[in-house]
Amino acid sequence: MSKQSHNSLPSDRMLEMYESMLRIRRFEERAVRFVTEGKLGSTHASIGQEATAVGICEALEDGDQILSTHRGHGHCLAMGTRSDAFMAELLGKGTGTNGGVAGSMHLVDPDVGILGANAIVGGNIPMAIGAAYAAQCQGKGKVVVSFFGEGASSQGGCHEAMNIAGLWKLPIIFVCENNMYAEHTHVSVHVAIENVADRAAGYGFPGVVVDGNNVEEVFQAAQVAVERARAGDGPTLIECKTFRVRGHFEGDPEKYKNQEEQAAWEKKDPLAGLLKRLSSRDDIDRDKIAAIDKKIEAEIAEAARFADQSPVPDPDTALRHVYAE
Amino acid sequence: MQDPKYWQVINTALHEEMERDETVTIAGEDVASVGGPFGASRGLLEKFGPQRVRDTPISELAMVGLGVGAAMAGMRPVIEIMFSDFLALSMDQLVNQAAKVSFMSQGRLKVPLTIRTLCGSGRTTSSQHVQSLEAWTSHVPGLKVVWPATPADAKGLLKSAIRDNNPVIVIESLSLWTERGPVPEGEHLVPIGKADIKRPGRDVTIVTAGGMVPRVLKAAEILSGDGIDAEVIDLRTLSPIDEETVLESLSRTHRIAVVHEAVKHYGFGAEIAAIVAEKGIYDLETPIKRIAAPWAPLASASSLAREYLPSVDKIVQGVKSIF
Repeated sequence: MSKQSHNSLPSDRMLEMYESMLRIRRFEERAVRFVTEGKLGSTHASIGQEATAVGICEALEDGDQILSTHRGHGHCLAMGTRSDAFMAELLGKGTGTNGGVAGSMHLVDPDVGILGANAIVGGNIPMAIGAAYAAQCQGKGKVVVSFFGEGASSQGGCHEAMNIAGLWKLPIIFVCENNMYAEHTHVSVHVAIENVADRAAGYGFPGVVVDGNNVEEVFQAAQVAVERARAGDGPTLIECKTFRVRGHFEGDPEKYKNQEEQAAWEKKDPLAGLLKRLSSRDDIDRDKIAAIDKKIEAEIAEAARFADQSPVPDPDTALRHVYAE
Repeated sequence: MQDPKYWQVINTALHEEMERDETVTIAGEDVASVGGPFGASRGLLEKFGPQRVRDTPISELAMVGLGVGAAMAGMRPVIEIMFSDFLALSMDQLVNQAAKVSFMSQGRLKVPLTIRTLCGSGRTTSSQHVQSLEAWTSHVPGLKVVWPATPADAKGLLKSAIRDNNPVIVIESLSLWTERGPVPEGEHLVPIGKADIKRPGRDVTIVTAGGMVPRVLKAAEILSGDGIDAEVIDLRTLSPIDEETVLESLSRTHRIAVVHEAVKHYGFGAEIAAIVAEKGIYDLETPIKRIAAPWAPLASASSLAREYLPSVDKIVQGVKSIF
């Protein structure tokens, strides 16, 4: 796709995206500290991948829905789930978004369009076409996003679901966050081609590759895909090239990683890059950036305090809602 | 007028539920233009159109996922998985996804999904189209499993499944497909979770379900000629299981046998035996008897299948062995 000038995005939109990315970064940094403090068993951090979550979700409207992954904190926060309830959910507290039942990997918050994060790699993709089929039946122009990694692109369900989505022209955007590692294995060992996006041709819809560490570029690709989906023209596969700067899970010794590759990607940090571009714009007031920084620091500090001090769930919670009424 | 066939009432139930509720949709292999591999969805495409009645590719995992996602987003999909053997291909969506949504969301999302599938022996199709895998899904909290044995139950249970707010697996029997039976006029619902005493008796309780029900009823007639008055319980729902009906019957008969065509090990007979051991052991006069398939897959040859499955004679002999 053609790269538009970043200056073409209004300053308010840029600042919103900065705030959302910063919220994710600070939230996950705090979650990682909870792991080292022994208050959270482990978690899968998406630090360094914030631009994909925010660029995609920023292009959505109320009523649109996402399905997320085991590394899905960013997607959920970008959709607007509350950081305090989410942090409490991570710590297994009764005040959590799902009462401490869902934890880090399975957040469900339908009020903000989150149909569920998912701890089965590739598990959300077949469900996402179902949500998109419902949207098509309901005829209200709603779109659905399925986030998954390049590791999930090797699951059979990914192929099955994309074939159906292409056949039925479903209003869905498949977002492959290619973060170069599937658990502990480098992409070169588990994906047969250079670009997962090229596979879209086999399903009859467009596939695009974007710099997943550039939020404006991700956002612009998402806007095109959303418009296409709303118009009834069917799915798009957006492959966001990014990098998992942390381990597969917190505590992962990461001995399998190539240090040169790691260092190169650390220089392309999406948040630092955005901050640099923001600072270079003469229509953005530095004080506004500082105010956002302060607001997010306070929000995450409060979320951590709330989570830490909240009570554990009522024991009955373990047996509730096994079946719906 | 002749009573309707088992498959015909399934078709009627689908028509009625789609008419009644526009969020009910149908998807599966060959379900739309062909009207179902065995006719159960005839006329639905013509009446309700291609948005609600959809042929899918041969993609069982995505088909069930489609149902889960659509159900979460406000629809009441009915997904047809041609043979229950093929459920093996979709287990992630059933076990890890559909079954967990209500729980993990703490009731904020539900999955009103119906899976229709064929279970049990039929037509010399060997080991991959005949398995009785009902125990697999019955072992998963969050799923419900029903298995009608008569046309009336086929209609009533399918309609209840479609209206239920949970994922329900409706097992149908190819061996019963063309069996006829009376079906009550008008709205007919059978509650999920309620067994049915298909034949009252005083001397022994025989618990069964699905395709084995007619065979057990025949065996009961023969036993009656030999002076044993058998009560036949058709579980109808395998999960949640109706313990009360089983234990109440046992409290009157003091003997119990279980008949199923799934292999004996870990089958629903084991669950019945465990319930009796835990809650009804003082009602027992003799050991519990399980009459089921041996520990092997089912072969194609009819002669081999006859040997393998619980026959009327094997049921009669098995029940007599506890007298």
